[in-house]
Amino acid sequence: MFRNVAELVELAEKHQVKIAEIMIRQEIEVSGRSREDIIAQMDNNLQVMEQAVERGLNGVKSQTGLTGGDAVLLQNYIASGKSLSGNLLLDAVSKAVATNEVNAAMGIICATPTAGSAGVVPGTLFAVKEKLNPTRMEMIEYLFTTAAFGFVVANNASISGAAGGCQAEVGSAAGMAAAAIVEMAGGTPQQSADAFAITLKNMLGLVCDPVAGLVEVPCVKRNAMGASNAITAADMALAGVTSRIPCDEVIGAMYAIGQSMPSALRETAEGGLAATPTGRRLEEEIFGSPQKKLVDYLIQK
Amino acid sequence: MMKYRSAFDIIGPVMIGPSSSHTAGAARIGRVARTLFEKQPTKAVIHLYGSFAKTYKGHGTDLALVAGIMDFDTFDERIPDALKIAEEVGLEVEFIEEDAVTEHPNTVRINLFDGKGKELEIVGISIGGGTIEITEINSFKLKLSGANPAILVVHQDRFGLISSVTTVLSRYQINIGHMEVSRKEKGDIAVMVIEMDHKLDESVVSELNALEGVTQVIRLVN
Repeated sequence: MFRNVAELVELAEKHQVKIAEIMIRQEIEVSGRSREDIIAQMDNNLQVMEQAVERGLNGVKSQTGLTGGDAVLLQNYIASGKSLSGNLLLDAVSKAVATNEVNAAMGIICATPTAGSAGVVPGTLFAVKEKLNPTRMEMIEYLFTTAAFGFVVANNASISGAAGGCQAEVGSAAGMAAAAIVEMAGGTPQQSADAFAITLKNMLGLVCDPVAGLVEVPCVKRNAMGASNAITAADMALAGVTSRIPCDEVIGAMYAIGQSMPSALRETAEGGLAATPTGRRLEEEIFGSPQKKLVDYLIQK
Repeated sequence: MMKYRSAFDIIGPVMIGPSSSHTAGAARIGRVARTLFEKQPTKAVIHLYGSFAKTYKGHGTDLALVAGIMDFDTFDERIPDALKIAEEVGLEVEFIEEDAVTEHPNTVRINLFDGKGKELEIVGISIGGGTIEITEINSFKLKLSGANPAILVVHQDRFGLISSVTTVLSRYQINIGHMEVSRKEKGDIAVMVIEMDHKLDESVVSELNALEGVTQVIRLVN
């Protein structure tokens, strides 16, 4: 069993296989299930992601009305041919947004690694797919590669916004996606590790400050930026750029930063954007003011 | 110890949004409570701590916990309507926001009642990505991930009982992944929590139930 990214890379290099294959072998060993069974389950997760993106691209709205419809705006903009950042990048952004809009609307999604960060992995996958034309199996492998990196982060640091802030959620998801993009594009295991490190380094310190405690503002747009961050870092790693700080040490830094983050910035809706005048006003519009809540409570009694 | 063991702890679960820890994890904790209670309760008192207490409405944590208590899975499309459904099926629900600081920010204590004297209290934590741990059952401290098939054996606290239980399991070639023993007082009631790599057949459970000194065997996770 691999415990960190260095061991993961070493295993893949030693056996001359993809990182995805190392993850699949470990899953077989740990769960005692057959390879077919494990592949089938990941295929099912992939289908859930496809359906969520499709639903989001058709336009959804959350119950609060705070989020929804941005994926459609982005797709229309891409179709207009005016995109400055390039169609692939913006396609990934729109598909990440689509997934998180479905999530915010209490639709069915697959957590990757969490629901709040569920847009980055499928968003990048379905955008890169248009360029690299992977087989179904290669798309499933993409997910196993993201799982391998996420597995290391979850066990050595955290993937919970309440424990480590948004850097632990969207930061981890973006790193996982970057590593998988590199592998799908034919990069080496070490290049995947570098892509992960470059991505996470640039998301360190990101706080979890959801307005009204809802996984909507700013979560949906953070997934958009996570996706674009992942693609940029993947391109950098494929170009031969390496990370001066090794991947495992970046993960360690993320964990330490999360530990020292005040509770107000760890999914309590007490600080950051949640505590801005507009954030507070939206909260009041959705849930009523604390004073009004108290009056309601007393009347109820 | 590795808290996450499977690729599907990372890519998964398939779930109703919006939060893996506050929605899917909450549904899972609720469902473990329901499994342990072995029937539909008539009343649930739910104490929320930390981030759960601050943001449960926004994340649908209340809906998910109640959905789990009604035995719904994380991807059940009835989750958004769980509170309404609870009312329809006669499950009274009370939420209490606690100020106490707990070790983990996403902690919930659930008390279930059947109106006929049966009670259960469990404490669960949602550690991220939908992965949960059960840390307390009826004041017995334990650590249960909910990821593998597991049983809870309630038994008398005396010598030889642990070995008679594990002997039965070994006869069926069932490997134990994690095991804990806890008791209230010496010689009183004790519990064993056993996490295994394989699913248990009903025949094994009844054989364990028939052992002398064993009061009850409950499947925690199938």
